[in-house]
Amino acid sequence: MTTQSPALLIIVPLISAILCLLLGLIRRGLCYPFVVAVLGVSVILSFDVMGTVLNDGVIRYRLGGWDPPWGIEYMIDHLNAFIAIIIASISFVVAIFSRKSIEHELAKGKIIYFYTIYLLLFTGLMGIVVTGDVFNIYVFLEIASLAGYALIAIGRDRAVLASFEYVVLGTVGACFYLLGVGYLYSVTGSLNIMDLTLRLPELYHSKVILIAFAFFMVGLALKIALFPLHVWLPDAYTYAPSTVSAMVAATMTKVGAYVMMRIMFTLFEPYFSIKLLPVTTILGWVAAAAMIFGCIQALAQTDFKRVLCYILIAEVGYIVLGISVGNRAGFTGAVLHILNDAVMMACLFMIAGAIYYKTGMRHIYEFAHLHKKMPVTVTCLVIAAISVVGVPPTCGFFSKWYLVLGAIDARQWFFAFLLLASSLMVAIVFFKMMQTIFFAPAGESAHAHIDEPHKEHKHSRDEAPASMMIPIFIMVAGILLLGIFSGQIVSTVIQFTVPKGF
Amino acid sequence: MDTMQFIIGKFNYWIYIVLMMIGFYAMIAKRNLVKKIVGMNIFQTAIILFFISTSSKKGGATIPIIQGGHGDAAGHVIDAAQYLNPLPHVLMLTAIVVMVSTFGVALALLIMIYREYRTFEEDEIYETLEVMRLKK
Repeated sequence: MTTQSPALLIIVPLISAILCLLLGLIRRGLCYPFVVAVLGVSVILSFDVMGTVLNDGVIRYRLGGWDPPWGIEYMIDHLNAFIAIIIASISFVVAIFSRKSIEHELAKGKIIYFYTIYLLLFTGLMGIVVTGDVFNIYVFLEIASLAGYALIAIGRDRAVLASFEYVVLGTVGACFYLLGVGYLYSVTGSLNIMDLTLRLPELYHSKVILIAFAFFMVGLALKIALFPLHVWLPDAYTYAPSTVSAMVAATMTKVGAYVMMRIMFTLFEPYFSIKLLPVTTILGWVAAAAMIFGCIQALAQTDFKRVLCYILIAEVGYIVLGISVGNRAGFTGAVLHILNDAVMMACLFMIAGAIYYKTGMRHIYEFAHLHKKMPVTVTCLVIAAISVVGVPPTCGFFSKWYLVLGAIDARQWFFAFLLLASSLMVAIVFFKMMQTIFFAPAGESAHAHIDEPHKEHKHSRDEAPASMMIPIFIMVAGILLLGIFSGQIVSTVIQFTVPKGF
Repeated sequence: MDTMQFIIGKFNYWIYIVLMMIGFYAMIAKRNLVKKIVGMNIFQTAIILFFISTSSKKGGATIPIIQGGHGDAAGHVIDAAQYLNPLPHVLMLTAIVVMVSTFGVALALLIMIYREYRTFEEDEIYETLEVMRLKK
């Protein structure tokens, strides 16, 4: 089984998506345990793949037995395997969370379709991660995006409109990526990443290659919502159902950042991306702007999920900054931050979902004295928040530490300063929130739009059900453990992901 | 003269760029959501034209089928100049599938938008939203 694991990572969820639809037609209740089981299998498979990579080195799986430059090859090294574990684990935990939340927020008839599309989304994300073929990445990118559009559109209020905007901009991003593939193919005649790596160096000064690179970067920047191209993200992720927000916020942007790393440092050599073109300089400034802009916008929002969306935009800025400083510490920080940010964002969006499920509250000004009603949830919120801010025992600190080290190594003092400044601004965002929760004057909560029934048992303890709390606990434990063991993670996995030439 | 030659000689690429820009313009500037979707489709179709153009050859090149039969007669290898590269065509078959599904999802979203707001005009939708917000 181990030899076939790379293909099974995609085939299992893809076939299960169809089976899930059929099972749902027999009995609706079967979908949930089935999806959780399938994702559990995927988590095991992803760890299995990681084990193989750690023991035997890079996996090169020939799909259908065709040799690499002609057939599709799945190439898995430490970076892929690491991202695959993140995606599988987050999807698994969020799937556990989904049960009550989806029953609460969706019409009954839609639950089957929700789980089917959820598995398709997972298939797409997994496909992007394991494949070693640039065109295949496009196809999986679109599978993931199409599933994302559909999942976001089932949300509340303006979800459909937000999803429509996402469709238009997401398609432009994907089309730019496809054009980049076309330009590369027209001069090299190859689509396989490892094959292209060998063919490209002699063409580095060709204008076609430069244009292809530019198309890749702009297309991916749209997909990961890098600052000036982020407009679709806040609306789409705010109005989506809580489960969907947790899933897409934690995984979609991370996978896009992974593709960016692949293209900049595997497809093209670091020499091309760093020395030959000023790409990293431009990306660095854009990322710095994203960090500051995201935090400023987060300060101005009242909707809890929208605050998180803008923090997510800032976090994307951190990851891209780590990529763009172009040295060992920076890249380590970026990869580690992909992991930490996925865990933190999944945790925070699930907490938002739990609060919405129990109280129907979405805005921060309504959260006054929430700790009396949901003390455990608020404790989790505090831990996740200090992790996003970057306080030592939690995982958020360590990735920021590496990012700042990377910026200092690159002699980019200003970026190092902006990283710290943006952390402080995130701290202000969360301190404001804590102030509302813990210290709001008793009278102040009256002006908020809290319905009367909520008010009556406002001070009696009333936590979300266990199926929502356990995933949140897992994530909070993850935040603490990943922080404590971040040294081991870096030494066993991440140090091997750093591209040669750094 | 050279520029004329440059433009006419590579007219298919020029058409791809023009089509793409038309699509892009419609997506950005049009206030009607259906027109945006149509613009999106034109944008994607332009990319198909680009890919197909890269595989085209002058001088009567054809599809790569072995002429002169199979089996014993199949010994003669066809000259690469005699047939078109089929791979971009195959890639575009996949891309067309992706584009059709994107179009389908977008149209489904439009139906949902129409049910909710009774219009496709962006301005009117935002007006409705504003009214709803003020009512709250």
